[in-house]
Parts: sequence; C-alpha cells; structure tokens
Amino acid sequence: MKYTGTVIKYGDNVDTDVIIPARYLNTSDHKELAAHCMEDLDKTFTSRVQPGDIITAGFNFGCGSSREHAPIAIKASGISLVIAKSFARIFYRNSINIGLAIVECPEAVDGISEGDKVEADLDNGVIRNLTTGKEFRTEPFPEFVQKIIENGGLIQSIADGVIE
Amino acid sequence: MGMTMTQKILAAHAGLDSVQAGQLILANLDLVLGNDITSPVAIKEFAKLNKDGVFDKDKVTMVMDHFAPNKDIKAAEQCKMCRDFCGANDVTHFYDVGEMGIEHALLPEKGLVSAGYTVIGADSHTCTYGALGAFSTGVGSTDMACGMAIGKAWFKVPSAIRFNLTGKLRKYVSGKDVILHIIGKIGVDGALYRSMEFTGEGLASLSMADRLCIANMAIEAGAKNGIFEVDQVTLDYIKAHGGAEPVIYKADEDAVYDQVIDIDLDKIEPTVSFPHLPENAKTFGEIGDIKIDQVVIGSCTNGRLEDLREAAEIMRGRKCAKGVRVIVIPATQQIYLDAMEEGMLKIFIEAGAVVSTPTCGPCLGGYMGILAAGERAVATTNRNFVGRMGHVDSEIYLASPATAAASAVTGKITSAWEVMGK
Repeated sequence: MKYTGTVIKYGDNVDTDVIIPARYLNTSDHKELAAHCMEDLDKTFTSRVQPGDIITAGFNFGCGSSREHAPIAIKASGISLVIAKSFARIFYRNSINIGLAIVECPEAVDGISEGDKVEADLDNGVIRNLTTGKEFRTEPFPEFVQKIIENGGLIQSIADGVIE
Repeated sequence: MGMTMTQKILAAHAGLDSVQAGQLILANLDLVLGNDITSPVAIKEFAKLNKDGVFDKDKVTMVMDHFAPNKDIKAAEQCKMCRDFCGANDVTHFYDVGEMGIEHALLPEKGLVSAGYTVIGADSHTCTYGALGAFSTGVGSTDMACGMAIGKAWFKVPSAIRFNLTGKLRKYVSGKDVILHIIGKIGVDGALYRSMEFTGEGLASLSMADRLCIANMAIEAGAKNGIFEVDQVTLDYIKAHGGAEPVIYKADEDAVYDQVIDIDLDKIEPTVSFPHLPENAKTFGEIGDIKIDQVVIGSCTNGRLEDLREAAEIMRGRKCAKGVRVIVIPATQQIYLDAMEEGMLKIFIEAGAVVSTPTCGPCLGGYMGILAAGERAVATTNRNFVGRMGHVDSEIYLASPATAAASAVTGKITSAWEVMGK
C-alpha cells in the first residue's frame, strides 16, 4: 500500500465532534458527511482538500465518540492516509474496519510540515517527506489486521470467510 | 503470568486458557448494542453480508435515544430504519419512544448485562457496563454489523491500570468527582488502549450509580474499558434487575499492571472540568466567579435516580437563578416515574427548571438545549469538546449533579458545599 499526497496538519486531541459535528449525524450519506468534515476545527478544510491528501496530527487523534461517520467523512473527503502520534482506540479500529489507511509515527509527524509532499509505503514501513528528503520508519500492522485491510475491510473479510 | 479481570473475561470468551496483553483474539459476544445514530450505518453494512438474520435475536439490542423523540425528518428516517430492521429480524430488545431511555442507563436497569459478560456497543460510552463486572467496550458501526452477524468481535488484549480505592466519599461528593479527578490526573489519553480496573476496600462504599458513572467516563481517559471488581453491591443490583446469573472474574494475585494508582476517596473534592477537555479538572479553590447561562442535569453519565435525588435535595425550596435555563433529563422512563413518585419533578418545576423525556439530546448538541455563541453551561454530561453542545464559541463545564444543582440556584459555578454546608 503506497500513498502520496500533500499534508494538512493538525494538533493533539482532534476529537470526533470536530471531525464531524453531531448536528450532521442525522444522515449516514458519505458525501453529505464529507461536506462538513473538520468544520468546527478548520473551516477551510473542505475547500482546500485534494484527492490523495494526507492528514498529520498529534496525540489521541479521533478521541471521543464511536461515530464511524468520522473516518467515513475523512475518507470521503479524499484523504488517503492519516499519520498521527497516536490514535484513540475506537477511531483506530473503525478506520481499519472501513479501510481508511492510518499509521502511528510520532517522528514523522514532527518531521513533516503543513503543505509538504509526502510518500508513505506502509508495506515496507517507510514514510518519505519528498519536500525535505527526510525518511521515517514505521511498524507494520499485525498480520491479522493486515488481512482485514487487504480484504477491503472487515465486512468483506467476513463475507469472504477470512474471519469466521 | 497472572491475568487481569479484563484478560480473564476475554480469554474465556475466546475459548483460551490464557491471554496476554497485545494478543489479537476473536471473542464471543453476549450482547451487541446500537443506537439511532450508529445503527443505520451498521444496518447498511450488515446487508452486505447476506445473512439470513442476526446471530441471536436476544443478544442484539437497539435503543432510540440520541435524536429521539425524532428531532427532525432525517432523524425520523434513521429511527424508522432501525425499527424496520428490528421488526424484520425479530430483535427482542428494541427500545422505541415510550419504552426507551438513554441506552447506558436503560440496559443495566432492564437486566440485559450481567457480570462476566462481553459486550460491544456502537457508542463510546458502552464502557459503562464495566461497573457490573463485565468487559464492555465501544466500537463503530462496522463492528456492530459484524457482531450482529456472527456474534464475535476482534480485540487486541489490553494491559491495565489498577485503581486502588480507599476511604469513603464525603457528602455531596460523588462518582463524577472521582472520575473527573482521575482524568485530571492521568489525562485524556492516560489510559489509551488499556483497561482501568477499580478495586480496593473503598469500593464497598460506592453505590452502583457512582460505579456506573465512573466506568462510563473511562473512555474520556482513552481507555478500552473500565471494570469494577464484583462485590455484594454488584450482585444485589444484578439480582434486583433480573439479570442473568453472574460469572465473577477476579484478577490473579500475580496479575501484571502497567501502573497502580491509589485513590483516597476521603480526599476527593467537588471537581469541575473546564473547557475544552475533560482533563482540565479543577477544584473550588482554583475556580473564581464564572457566570453561567444553562445547566443540564442528565445523560448516560448522570441521569440516574440517585443523581436526580442529589439535585432535588439542593433545589428543594430554592429558585433557579435569573437568566439561567435549567434542563433536567431523567435517563429512563422508570427513573422518570420514580422521580415523579418521590416528588422530585415538582421540586424541579417549582424551582423553574424544565423536565424532559429521556433523550441524549443536548449532551452531543443534538437538540433540547443547544448553546449560542459565548454561552456557558454547567453539565453533568461527559464531554466538553469545542462545539459539543452547540456553537463552537460556547463553553461546557463538566460537573456532578450536586455541583450542577448548586450552580443552577446561584447562577455561577458553585459547589454544593457552599449552598448546603459540608
């Protein structure tokens, strides 16, 4: 899995209430959710995000509510990958389950600035900052999790009998 | 190597003799929960699995509580989707308007959770049921869909922090003050990916309402679950509510904990978490004059009968301060009825508060008490993130029912000790 994009950078404790405010949870339509993604934190996000862009963030990204609408909104916005110092656990498993690529790498977050061009090769555990030339190593996913992602998420894994 | 309470429950549900932190397992589920916001997404995912029905119609439950009674047309359509799904799949425990309450107050009250259970819920505060000695955790809609289909979920076995409780809480100090104190101490990611296990001789003095409140907010410290050691209080509660035969899992003597934190309940003071994170906990020595516009007493954290009693005792014969809107929300129909029979509704209404039917409503900025720009609320809810209860420029101060009631009558953030004495 290889991802290349321009970085949009946020800080610590980005919660699911700012990723997708609850006032929009009366729908599960992916496009509608994407239209309000990050609205309460960054009003410019939806107008400047480009397909393939990468979010970097600090500690505890996605804390708060279990709403799967949060990773759905991010994915539907065109974001290809989220790199954070750490993720809140429900957001982490939701992302894996719906097939939004995420990776924990504090060093990369510190070594990447807003607007940098970044390439991430998660199979080999390498994140490259193409703007500065710096390189960072990440831990590969556990095999079980990799199997889910390779099968296109948890639903497909069960439908295909990978998980019984 | 010894196991924690959580690890023992997970091992038993994965059919393994033992597990260790970090291990990935597939565990059998005793209950799968969803609400009117998360279930519609799960129902759509469930449809992709082409299953004949849910894995067990008695082990799936849906509660219409977030935007119900329906706040708008879209919310009505989401509830209808849940209603139709539960009808078609013959789901036993579907709770609609009239029977519903806030899910995490309702399920224990209905006896749907017992000690030793493994529960997932597509709601982050599903960790509440750890108060009953269950492993219970919040998940997303896809996990809910798969749980409904195959009765299983994947977990990474967590390590744990043990909280050793001693002493006894003082008057007008409750479980809410304990958990706000703890989150203030360890931070909003202080227990990230881990269990918070509550044990110690101080446990005996904590009511089930206090325990449910403490376990409820384990997620606000990032925890996977909060869990209380089972004692007579737990067993009496489960029996009184017709729950299944409890299975008690006690941590091994040599269980390994990442950290042990001592909490002296005698020393806990009324605590308030300032905007915009639950970890911004302060006690009244550090709180100046903060004028407020609204008070909310309710939610899955603090909408139980004991919470309403505490608030009613303080509001009895007093008036809500001029300019302060006070909203009281009993968490379930039974609590509403009990509050009525105990004369509490009269106390609240005569004080100038409104009393609402059960709903999550204002806690997540849905409806029934949205804040305008610049407004401040004292709330017994669980999150004070930016914009959580309305405008991004509004502020939420998290507090206990006693502090919320005292603040309602003075119009500024006030400890019950100041209004009632210690």
